[in-house]
Amino acid sequence: MSFPVIKGASYSLFHTPEMTVHQGSNQTTERYTNPNSEHFKNLQKSLRSFDEFVKYPPNQVYIGNVKPDMLKCHKRPWYEHPLEAASTDGPFGAIYTEEELIALVKIVDVFDLVVLEEDFQAGAKVKLKNKQELQIIDKLLSKLDTKGEKFAELERMVNEEHAEGMYYSGRLVGCVKKAHAFDAVLTAHVMFENLVSKATAVVNLLQMFTKTKLRPEEVDYIIETSEEACGDMNQRGGGNIAKSIGEVCGCVNATGSDTRSFCAAPVHGLVQAAALVQSGIYKNVIVIAGGSTAKLGMNSKSHIEKNMPALEDCLGAFAIHVSENDGINPIIRTDVVGRHTIGAGSAPQAVITAIVTDPLDRADIKLEDIDKFAPELQNPEITVPAGAGDVTLSNLKMIAALGVKRGDFLKEDIERIVNEKGMPGYAPTQGHIPSGVPYIGFARQEILNKKFNKVMIIGKGSLFLGRLTNLFDGVSFVMQDNTGTEEKASVSKEEVRSMVAETLKRLAESL
Amino acid sequence: MDLENQARIKGFADQYGKDLVIVLGAGEAQAAELAAETVTQGDPTYAGPLAGVQLGLPVYHAFELKDSVDPDVYEDQAGMMEMVLDVDALIEAVKKFRAE
Repeated sequence: MSFPVIKGASYSLFHTPEMTVHQGSNQTTERYTNPNSEHFKNLQKSLRSFDEFVKYPPNQVYIGNVKPDMLKCHKRPWYEHPLEAASTDGPFGAIYTEEELIALVKIVDVFDLVVLEEDFQAGAKVKLKNKQELQIIDKLLSKLDTKGEKFAELERMVNEEHAEGMYYSGRLVGCVKKAHAFDAVLTAHVMFENLVSKATAVVNLLQMFTKTKLRPEEVDYIIETSEEACGDMNQRGGGNIAKSIGEVCGCVNATGSDTRSFCAAPVHGLVQAAALVQSGIYKNVIVIAGGSTAKLGMNSKSHIEKNMPALEDCLGAFAIHVSENDGINPIIRTDVVGRHTIGAGSAPQAVITAIVTDPLDRADIKLEDIDKFAPELQNPEITVPAGAGDVTLSNLKMIAALGVKRGDFLKEDIERIVNEKGMPGYAPTQGHIPSGVPYIGFARQEILNKKFNKVMIIGKGSLFLGRLTNLFDGVSFVMQDNTGTEEKASVSKEEVRSMVAETLKRLAESL
Repeated sequence: MDLENQARIKGFADQYGKDLVIVLGAGEAQAAELAAETVTQGDPTYAGPLAGVQLGLPVYHAFELKDSVDPDVYEDQAGMMEMVLDVDALIEAVKKFRAE
């Protein structure tokens, strides 16, 4: 059996303080229920500058400039101990300003829904024109050549036509118009969320084309795994965000589809990608997702209460390239896939058993054999002050505790296991983004460098939030060192004919 | 506490009155405390249906019920989490609202 490989990974972040104030669901709800709330004044004071955002240690880890284990010994709170040697560019991707992102939203809009203020548009174009990743696609920036709109007209569209305003440094610089007169699924707000998700995914995929050898025309299939829904009133989640991303990125030979399972979707997407490649249906599959504006500032009230910066001022994006076995890159062990089945039960123990120990047991791999477990990688500095605990640490403790119950480890080993086989969470709380996938870039590097042999990537999802089921979800797979291209198990027609002929010949001889 | 859960608890309280017992499964003391306060003294964030509603319901953390359930069931459902979570802090966070 020839396992598929992980050939590349890209990760990008976007600083979005104004979107946090104007579009985060916590803030839009507050504006609706209590328009004069003190929260808005307090939030403004708690927003970070772009420089603080770039130097924030977890953000430098996300784009690959620093390894996650560095955070174990980096002084806390991380927001008070910036990395002075930080950069907006990293081996996995880049960090973008809100100004750049707003211009990118205009660039990816194919229905003329996005309008930018004329001076802002001209200024943003100058900032983007030297970016290497935007040179890959011919005339990508030409969308910014058209004349922008006057500020007064923007203001009118926002005030009178329910357009969704886009702000930069405290002023209105653009808007997204509604896409239909009365379709609730094509409102300006929904279109804004979808366009931002698309824009962040697009530029991150272009990062992959810049930083790896993969060319846009080589991509066969794209699996989009965000938590947005694209469609109209007759097919609310009709899709296909994947193809809309591929279209902008020049993936002319690709098709694609969207996969959903709350935060677990990226790992579902990777398992599907692995199957598509291993079966020979496609050679190069991209699993991708952009950011979620609704989750911006989700815990900002708790952060403000504790005199912290509002750390959820950040959108994330990722893309993973799954390809046929090249004998070099880490393989995806498709025979070690964990799944939380419908009948497994939702108790934490049942979930961890289903997605961690069951698949390992089936393949006769011991917990101790896994060099790193990458579960939900939410940044604890965001979740702990909000009362949600250290999600990554809890997951690692659960794996270790289950190991104790099974007799794999001693109780006194829990701390060692957590320390050796885990890492601090460092991903923004963007739902699907922290779901194990941020570590794939590092895991690939460490396996290629022969530091690790096996890494388990774990995604979990809270399906009950959709109010259709009380079920939980979880998926996992193991990345492993590649020992060289394996022989394919299948045989050709010619070989079968030859074998049958040989057998008949022997039979005839024996008769 | 989630606004939808507050609405459901309020509905159950209207239906069953003082026969209703709340069992929490929160993993963090702060979250357990907030939930316990909500179902006894009302929603402290004044955001949900239990804002200003003092239900005064008896509230327990699942770990407190260890002796009341089948040991095998407990072990299956909560045994692993006993090793992971700060059991004493969780019980303490909930217990004080029973005392009040």
